[in-house]
Parts: sequence; structure tokens; C-alpha cells
Amino acid sequence: MASLLSSNPTLASNPSYSFSQAPQNAAAGNREHAFYPYTDNGGSTLGITGNDFAILAGDTRSTSGYSINTRYSPKVFRIGGDDETGEGAHIILSVVGYAADGTALKERLNAIVKMYKYQHGKRMSVKACAQRLATILYGKRFFPYYVTAILGGLDEDGKGALYSYDPVGSYEREQCRAAGAAASLIMPFLDNQVNFKNQYSPGSGVGHDLEARQVTPLPFHEVEQLVRDAFTSATERHIEVGDGLQMLVITKDGIEEKYFPLKRD
Amino acid sequence: MPGFDFSNYNRNAALHAQGVPLPKATSTGTTIVGCMFDGGVVIAADTRATSGPIVADKNCEKLHYIAPQIWCAGAGTAADTEFTTAIISSNLELHALSTGRKPRVVTCMTMLKQHLFRYQGHIGAYLVVAGVDPTGVGLYTVHAHGSTDKLPYVTMGSGSLAAMAIFETQWKQKMTREEAIKLASDAIQAGIFNDLGSGSNVDVCVITEEKASLMRNYIRPNQREVKQKDYKFKRGTTAVLNEKVITREEISKYVTVHELSSDDDVVVVEKMDIDA
Amino acid sequence: MNHLPQAWGRPRDNVYGTYDASYLQPRLPQTHTQSPIVTGTSVLAVKFKDGIVIAADNLASYGSLARFTDVKRLRPFNSRSIVGIGGDVSDMQYLDRLLNSLDVTENYSSTGHSLNAKNLHTYLSKVMYKRRSDINPLWNQMLVAGLDGNDEPFLSSVDLLGTTFSSPTLATGFGAHLAQPLLRKLSDDESKVADFTREKAVEAVRECMKVLFYRDARSLDRYSIAVVTKESGVELKEDEHLEGQSWAFAETIRGYGRTQEV
Repeated sequence: MASLLSSNPTLASNPSYSFSQAPQNAAAGNREHAFYPYTDNGGSTLGITGNDFAILAGDTRSTSGYSINTRYSPKVFRIGGDDETGEGAHIILSVVGYAADGTALKERLNAIVKMYKYQHGKRMSVKACAQRLATILYGKRFFPYYVTAILGGLDEDGKGALYSYDPVGSYEREQCRAAGAAASLIMPFLDNQVNFKNQYSPGSGVGHDLEARQVTPLPFHEVEQLVRDAFTSATERHIEVGDGLQMLVITKDGIEEKYFPLKRD
Repeated sequence: MPGFDFSNYNRNAALHAQGVPLPKATSTGTTIVGCMFDGGVVIAADTRATSGPIVADKNCEKLHYIAPQIWCAGAGTAADTEFTTAIISSNLELHALSTGRKPRVVTCMTMLKQHLFRYQGHIGAYLVVAGVDPTGVGLYTVHAHGSTDKLPYVTMGSGSLAAMAIFETQWKQKMTREEAIKLASDAIQAGIFNDLGSGSNVDVCVITEEKASLMRNYIRPNQREVKQKDYKFKRGTTAVLNEKVITREEISKYVTVHELSSDDDVVVVEKMDIDA
Repeated sequence: MNHLPQAWGRPRDNVYGTYDASYLQPRLPQTHTQSPIVTGTSVLAVKFKDGIVIAADNLASYGSLARFTDVKRLRPFNSRSIVGIGGDVSDMQYLDRLLNSLDVTENYSSTGHSLNAKNLHTYLSKVMYKRRSDINPLWNQMLVAGLDGNDEPFLSSVDLLGTTFSSPTLATGFGAHLAQPLLRKLSDDESKVADFTREKAVEAVRECMKVLFYRDARSLDRYSIAVVTKESGVELKEDEHLEGQSWAFAETIRGYGRTQEV
């Protein structure tokens, strides 16, 4: 039947009631809207894991165009805390991009992680939370949350866990990830200093036989130094990065917050 | 034929129509100001040059020499401010030579506006022209389209509103040289800290009847703190895939080799202050 | 008879004539505010030691026409907070109506506690974010000033995209470019708020209103100013006039270039 219909245009178009056949001349096509529902609030975030910790960091500048909205607007949050301060949380989340979507996403994930605890009487694992965040993001596939998210915590074995996302929910567990305005400046630095890319063991061979430098998880103080240097450097070369550096460190003892001033120009 | 070469215009227009993006020019998304005082004029600028959101130069010079006692602060496309001021500087020198008089600020401003108007805004130079000549003190702004303004205090660039706010609250008639320098550098700092297109240091140029003095990096409010870590790599970290030694004897077959004996033979280039 | 499934249950063309499909014309797409029409310009606010100052001029512009010169753009809410609204004036009046109904609902509620400035800001930011998500924005930027749950000074901003941020000093519209640099010079840090007095704060805001009148072509020299403190609640003055303007520089200006000008 279908083949008959499609092969005979007169038959197919004869009964004239189909909506698609209604005259399209009135208001056909998409109208251009003056209102664009997104903006970019600048800034950058960065996450690195170690053996028994995970760090999420972000600068605290919020921008619109060439203006600074505020010098202190945090991008890294505690998820699943018991109260407004985030006390008792066991997961951390950073969001960078369109700040209003970032806040909405943070609040949704926070509510979900809390509800999970109330309903199941146990904490949501970081792995489960990571999967859930991906579904939330993909749920708005055709009107996305314009944010790059990074989720951090400790996995079932107590090892540092880090998950990075794209705006529509593709995600991956990684050792380190930079996101936001200065991601393209910071990421190569991290590849080199955390995963020792382009570094070889001196004297281990000649030419192509040279062995790559062994990758080992970095100790906490070294990671903190890398994060601070990454942000002071990004501040030098990216106009939307600066003002302050906020850091959340998650270990078996809980979440510690740190703040370091950055240049304000 | 003198002037610009347009022979690639049609090719570039065709490439652009096919979606090839236009090349991005370095712009000095800038704060520049000028302010008159009793007996002279001061101009000042920040030192950040940007390419989109990336800082292209952290300590560029936006105060341009035109004549011994005429200087110009430039905002807009870096190349345009550089070349426009250079061309007008040359022509003004020739003009001064042929008339046998000191060049005037109005003359400079008129030459700039006529040059820029001819190019209908395609030369993206936004300038603050200042100087002292036999007729007195002059301070003007020249926009890329060729319009000009003559005011006791002026600001331009992306930080012009921040800087103007300072002038509107602090400016007064008949200031001293020191007061004017303070006011102009405060205006630049308002731009540096509130406008993302401006940053780094404050350059100042003071022009009086006697002389013009350029104070490069007059204020440096944005020194980078020392890095936490040392990033020296062990020798041998980079793989050497092949090696070839060219001796001096070999190379001297193609070029003349000179031995540099002492330090004063070496050309001193401007020191970069990235890695101390 | 037409036996094809598309025609089942349809009036027969040979009896009723062909169906007039023009009745099925799709409606014009629903239109929303695509751009603001009658607009208000900047709103400024500064935190000081034990309160907040907020100000906005009394002008509603129609494009470049100074259309309504007696429009109040500071909207108090239950004696603990005040909202300063810039952008589209009709959307501002809708928000005013919304806040009225919120106030009534809250007054009838039996919980016993009233909404503070922080609650109000959260409410408004949810309204604004919802409307932008429906692609039907309220074309405004607002500053919410007042006292939070601990009676501490509170100041925060929300705009048509639902973006929120707070800072010791805030300014919307043109004020973000002209007034904010001046205000930040006085109080750039939350730590500096403690030794910023009410007198200094009011003086700073009045000075900024003057700069805005000099340089913002959509501004007016009549304005409203309000102070919110724990002791006195909202003190709102709606018919202030800019004092001490200085146009002295204008006398020296002659033309735009030539040496000999009249």
C-alpha cells in the first residue's frame, strides 16, 4: 500500500486534508528571534585526581562582554550536603559556561543526590552520580545546559575520581581535565605535567627507542602547585580569567575549601 | 601606484564567501586618555594588546611618537594605529622642513582625519593626539571615520567609560603637572581593573613647552607573583631523533662568518619579562 | 468512491466539494517580547556597614525620546527589601504586580515569618530563569537590596537570562560601565564593607548618578534613592534632584579642531 501511494503522486495528494498540505505561505519557515537564551560568563575550571584525593578548582570572575559582573562568583560546589553550606557533602561539581544554567544544573543534581539518600538510606556513589549527571544533561539534548561540567569525588576503593562532561552529556572518567574559557591554554600544560606527555626518561635509549617518562599519581602538594600555576598563567593570557582561585579538595576526611587571590586586571 | 595594494581583494572576498574566516587582527582593546593642565598636556595608555579573548602582548606600547612635541595614543587595530601615526609622523616632518616652522598639533590632527576619512573607517585607528606647538597646547581625539573632538579631557577605547567616569568626578580647571599625571594614570587604572580589554601597566607621556617626556611603565600594578613550581626539564627529556653538525668551515661556503668578540658587538633586543 | 485510507471518515469531495485547507492555516507563531520598548536605564546599589543604598532615575525612555519623566523604578517589598528595576517598563509593571500578589499570599500565610531580601532574590531569579527557558523573557535587569535571614546587608542582581551574581557594589545597564568603576574604587571587597559608612555610601551613589546624567543619554536628573537598614527598614525618597552639577569645562570648548573658532 505504501509503495502504491508513494509511486502515484496524484493518489497521494488527492485527499486534501493532511496538515502538511495546508498552505504554507502565511508564516512558513522559522522566524528569527531577537532573543538569544544563552550567554557566556567566562572563567575556567580544572580538576586533577591523585591516589586518595580529587581537586576541583575554578577562578571566581564572572564576566559579560568586556565587563566584570563580580570578582567573586564560585564555580565549584558541594553536592549532596545536608544544608545550605554543603556540610556533609561527598561529591563536588564544577560548572563553567552560562552561569544561570550552571546554577540550575547544580541545584537539580544536588536535589537528586539528596533524594537518593532519603529514599535509599545510603549515599549515592560517585559513579552513580556521574551517570545520573549524564542523563540530566542529555535530557536537555535539544535545549542544552550551556555548561562544561566536571564531577569529582572518591570511588568505591577510596581513589580519587573525576568525570568530565560536554554540554549534552557525553562523559568520561579521567585523571585531569581543564574546562571553560582557558581550557585550551591549561589542558596542554596538564597533559605535559600530569600525564607526562612529550617527556622521555633521559638516557633510556636513543632516538625512537627512548622510553616515555613513567606516569605516577602525583602527591597532593604538587597537584596544588600545578593548579595554582595553571591559573596564574591563564590569568596572564586570558582576559576572562582572574580575580580569585577557589579550590575544593575532597579526601577521606571530607571536603576542604581553599581560596587564593589572582590578578584583577 | 602609492597606497594600499588591493590585488588580493577579489580572491579574499571569494574565499570569505566560501566560509573561510577573515584573518584576526591584533587589537588594542584599550584604555587611552588625554588631559590638559596648566602649561602642557598629558596622555596615558594601558599596555595590553588582545586578539579575541587572548592577551597577545602584556606590555605593548600604545603611545606613538609623531613629532618631538606631538605624541599620539592609539586604540583599535594595532597595525592601523602603528602605520597611521608613522605615515603622519613622516609627512609632518616633511611639512615642518618645507615650511621651516615647528609642526602644529592641529596640522597633525587635520592630516590624520583627512587620511582616515579617505578610508571610510576601514583603517581602524582611534587616536588621542596631544602636543604643544607655538600656538599653545593641543588635545584632540580622532575617530576611525575621520571625526574629531577638541576637549580639555578625553578618553578612548573599550575602557573609555571607566576612564571617563574618573575624569567626570575628579577633573578641574588649571591643574598642575603632577595633578594631571595622577588623574590620567588613575583613569587608566580604572580601565585596567574594570575593562577586560585593558590591563597590565600604565604608560604616560607629558608634553610641555620645553620638552616631551615619555614615562614607560609609569605604574606597574600587575606584577605576576613567582610560580609555585620550577619547570626546568632534565636534560634528555626531549627525544632527539637525529642529529647533524654543520661546522663553521662548511657554512662559510654560503655566508660570511664574523666572530663576535665583546659584549658591545651584540645587538641588545628588548628583554622579555616572561621568564625571570 | 475514494477507498484510500487517507480519505476514510472524511466528507466526500463529490458531495461536499474539496476541503478548503485554508482553514487549517497554521496560526502565526506566538510572539513574545523580542526587544524592550519603553525602557528604564541604570540602577546602582552599594553595601555599607549596616545596610544598603540603592538608586535609579525616574525616566522611562521610548527609544531616544524621554517619554515619561516621573516613573518610580525602586519597588519596596515588605519593609526589609527593595528591588531596583531597569529595562522594559511594561515587564517591570508586570513584575510589580507579581510581587504584589506574592506579598498578599505571604501575608495570609500562617508560617509567621516573612520573606527576606535573599528569599525575594531567589524568587525573582527563578521567575526570570523560567521565562528565559520558555523563550519568553522579562526584559529586565534587577538589583535586589535589603537584609538577609541574619539581618545582614544583602545585595544581588538578576537579569533577563536568569544570570545572578552579587558583589559589594552593583550597577546595571550603563551604570555597569560608568558607575561600577567609581564604586569599586571605594569598596572593592567584602572586607571593606565593614568600614564603609552610610554617609559615604549615599554620597558615592549620588556622585555616580551625576556622572550617569553627564554621560548616559537615556538618563535624567530626577531620581529615587533608598536606604535599607536593620534599624529603620526601607527609607525611600522618590523625588530627588541632582545637586552640584558642574558644566564649567564647557565654557572653554570652541569647535572641534580649527584654530580660529568663534
